[in-house]
Amino acid sequence: MSTFTDPYASSRETTEGRVYSVTGGDWDSLSTEIGATKEERVVVNMGPQHPSTHGVLRLVLELEGETVTETRCGVGYLHTGIEKNTEYRSWTQGVTFVTRMDYLAPLFNETAYCLGVEKLLGITNDVTERATVIRVMMMEFNRISSHMVALGTGALELGALSPMIFAFREREKVLDIFEMVAGLRMNMAYVRPGGVAQDLPAGALTKIKETIKELRKNFKDNEKLLIGNSIWIKRTQGIGYLDLAGCTTLGITGPVLRSTGLPWDLRKAQPYCGYEDYQFDIPTTDTCDVYGRFLIRMQELEQSLRIIEQCVSKLEKLDGQPVMVADKKIAWPSQLSIGGDGMGNSLNHIREIMGESMEALIHHFKLVTEGFRVPAGQVYTTVESPRGEMGVHLISDGGTRPYRVHFREPSFNNLQATAAMCDGGQIADVIAAVASIDPVMGGVDR
Amino acid sequence: MSNDSNNGMFGVSGSGDTSGFGGLIKSVKNIGSTERPYGGYFDQVADDLERAFPAFNDAIEKVVVDRGELTLFVKRERLFEVAKILRDQLRYEMCISVSGAHYPTEVGRELHVIIALLSITNNQRIRLEVCVPDSDPHLTSLVELWAGANWQERETYDMFGIIFDNHPGLTRILMPDDWDGFPQRKDYPLGGIPIEYKGATVPAPSERRSYQ
Repeated sequence: MSTFTDPYASSRETTEGRVYSVTGGDWDSLSTEIGATKEERVVVNMGPQHPSTHGVLRLVLELEGETVTETRCGVGYLHTGIEKNTEYRSWTQGVTFVTRMDYLAPLFNETAYCLGVEKLLGITNDVTERATVIRVMMMEFNRISSHMVALGTGALELGALSPMIFAFREREKVLDIFEMVAGLRMNMAYVRPGGVAQDLPAGALTKIKETIKELRKNFKDNEKLLIGNSIWIKRTQGIGYLDLAGCTTLGITGPVLRSTGLPWDLRKAQPYCGYEDYQFDIPTTDTCDVYGRFLIRMQELEQSLRIIEQCVSKLEKLDGQPVMVADKKIAWPSQLSIGGDGMGNSLNHIREIMGESMEALIHHFKLVTEGFRVPAGQVYTTVESPRGEMGVHLISDGGTRPYRVHFREPSFNNLQATAAMCDGGQIADVIAAVASIDPVMGGVDR
Repeated sequence: MSNDSNNGMFGVSGSGDTSGFGGLIKSVKNIGSTERPYGGYFDQVADDLERAFPAFNDAIEKVVVDRGELTLFVKRERLFEVAKILRDQLRYEMCISVSGAHYPTEVGRELHVIIALLSITNNQRIRLEVCVPDSDPHLTSLVELWAGANWQERETYDMFGIIFDNHPGLTRILMPDDWDGFPQRKDYPLGGIPIEYKGATVPAPSERRSYQ
C-alpha cells in the first residue's frame, strides 16, 4: 500500500483499521488508495458538518460498495440545555427559551408550551377567541414556512436548485408576515401564557389577504417543477420505505406516518385551539416513500392556506376583542408596541404605571419580576407541528418556575427511523430518506 | 409536589434578607390517589386493564386523575408486564414519550420515569409513572415492545442516570460520551457566569434571587 501523503486527506492506522480524513476535492487519490485495499466494508462518517444533513446530524454509514448495510445517527451536537434552563426562569420567560428549540417551527413550540401552562393553571377556556384564532393563523403560516424549507432543501439535496429558490421566495413572504405581527422573523416569543404578546397591527389582515393570494399562485411553480418530474420521481419513489407497522413501533408521527395512508393528524384527532371549527382535509398517500411525503407536504400548504382564510374571516368579526386573558394576576400587564426606539412596552402603559396609577405599577412589577404561581401537578399537551406530534410535559411544584419541562420533539423521535429507511439501500438515497423525515437539529438536541 | 413545604420566599438562605419572609413556610399540596369514578374513558381503561391483568392491584401503586389526564403509578418490577398488556390488549400502539423527573426529597423514590402512551385505535392517551430509588436506579427497558422507546430511554439515562435494563445500547445521546454527572438532576448545577452590563454585575441565573 502506498503511503498517503495528500495534505488535505491524510490517513492513519487505528485498531479498527485505516482511517482517512477527507476534506473534499481529493476523491481520486482516495478512491485509488481504497481500491488498493482488500477490504470490502467501508465505514463512512457523514457529518456533523455536511450541507445535506440538515444541520449538525452525524450519520455513520457502513457500506459495501454503494450499498448501505448499517446506518447509525449521532446527535447531540446542538444540545443547549433548554429544558434545564427553563427551570431557572419564570413560566412566562420559558417561552423565550422554547421558541429556540425547533427553529423552523417556533410558533408550535410556543403554543404547545403555553397550552401546557394554561392547562396547569386551569385557564384553557379563558383564553380569548381572538388570541386563539391568531395563534392558529400564525401556526398555519409557520407550517407553510417550515414545509417550504423541507421542500426546498429536500430538492436541493437531490440536485434540484430551482425549487429551493422558489421555496425560499415564498418563505420570505411568510416571514414578512411574522415580522409585521410579532416583530421578529424567527424565535418571536409571540405566544404567551394567557394569549399572545400583542394584537395584530393596523392593516395586517389586508396584507395577509394579499399574501394568501400570492402564495397560492406561487405554490404552483414548485408543483410544476417537481410533481411528475421524471428525475424527481426516480430519486424519490420507493425510496426510504417505512410502512405503518414500522411507524407505530418507532413512534413516528407527521407526514411520515401519513405517507402510510393513515390520516392521523392531531388537529382532527385531538383538536386544540378550536381546530374542530375549521374546514380542512388531511392529505395522505399510501406509498410509504419519500415521494409520498413530499406530496403530502405540498398538499398541506394548500390546506394551511384554507385554514388561514377562515382565520382571517373570523378575525374580522372579532376586531377589538382582547388578546390576553382578563385575569390580571396572570395576564402580562402590557401589550407590546413599536416606538421610536424599537419594540417595547406601549407608551400608554408606561404613562399609566409611571404617572397615574401606583397600583398598576405594583402589579406590573410583581408580575414581571415574580411571575405567577402555577398549581402543582403535571400535564402533557400536544400540537401537530409540521414534523408530527409536538408534546410538552410540564411539572409544576406550585412555584413561579417550572419544576420540569420536557419536550417530546417529533424530529428527535422521527430520526430513529433513519436506519429502518436506509439500511439495504443505496448511499445516494440516504440523503433523500433523511430529507423526507425533515429533522431540525435544534429540536432534536434541544 | 416535590417537597412537602417550601421555606422562605426567595429560595436562598444567608442572603441577609431582613424582610421576615425568610421564615415563611408554605406547604405544597400533594396530589394523592384518585377514587373511582375517574370520569371519561379512564374507568373503561382501568376496567379493561384489571380484566386483562389479574395482578392489577399488586402492580399499580396508585391511580391519579388530574386535569383530565390519567396517570398509573406502576411498580417497577411490573412495568414490562403492564406495558405489554397495554400494547397487546388495550391497543396502545405508540410509546410517544419517555422522560424523567428528579425529586430529591422523596426518599427511596427520587427518580421518576414518565411514559406517555398513545392509542391510535381508540384515540386515547395514558401516562405511566415509575419511581425508582437513586441508590438503585434500574428498571426494564420497553424497547422490546416499542422500538421508538430506544432514543427516549437513552435520553432519560443521559439526563437522569436511570438505567434501563435490557436496552440494546444504553449510551449517552445528547451529552458527550465521557461526560460526568446527569444534567437534569436537581443537584446538578445549571452553570453560568456573572455578566457585567453597564458597570453593574448580573449574577448567573441560578444565583439570582427568585420567588418560590
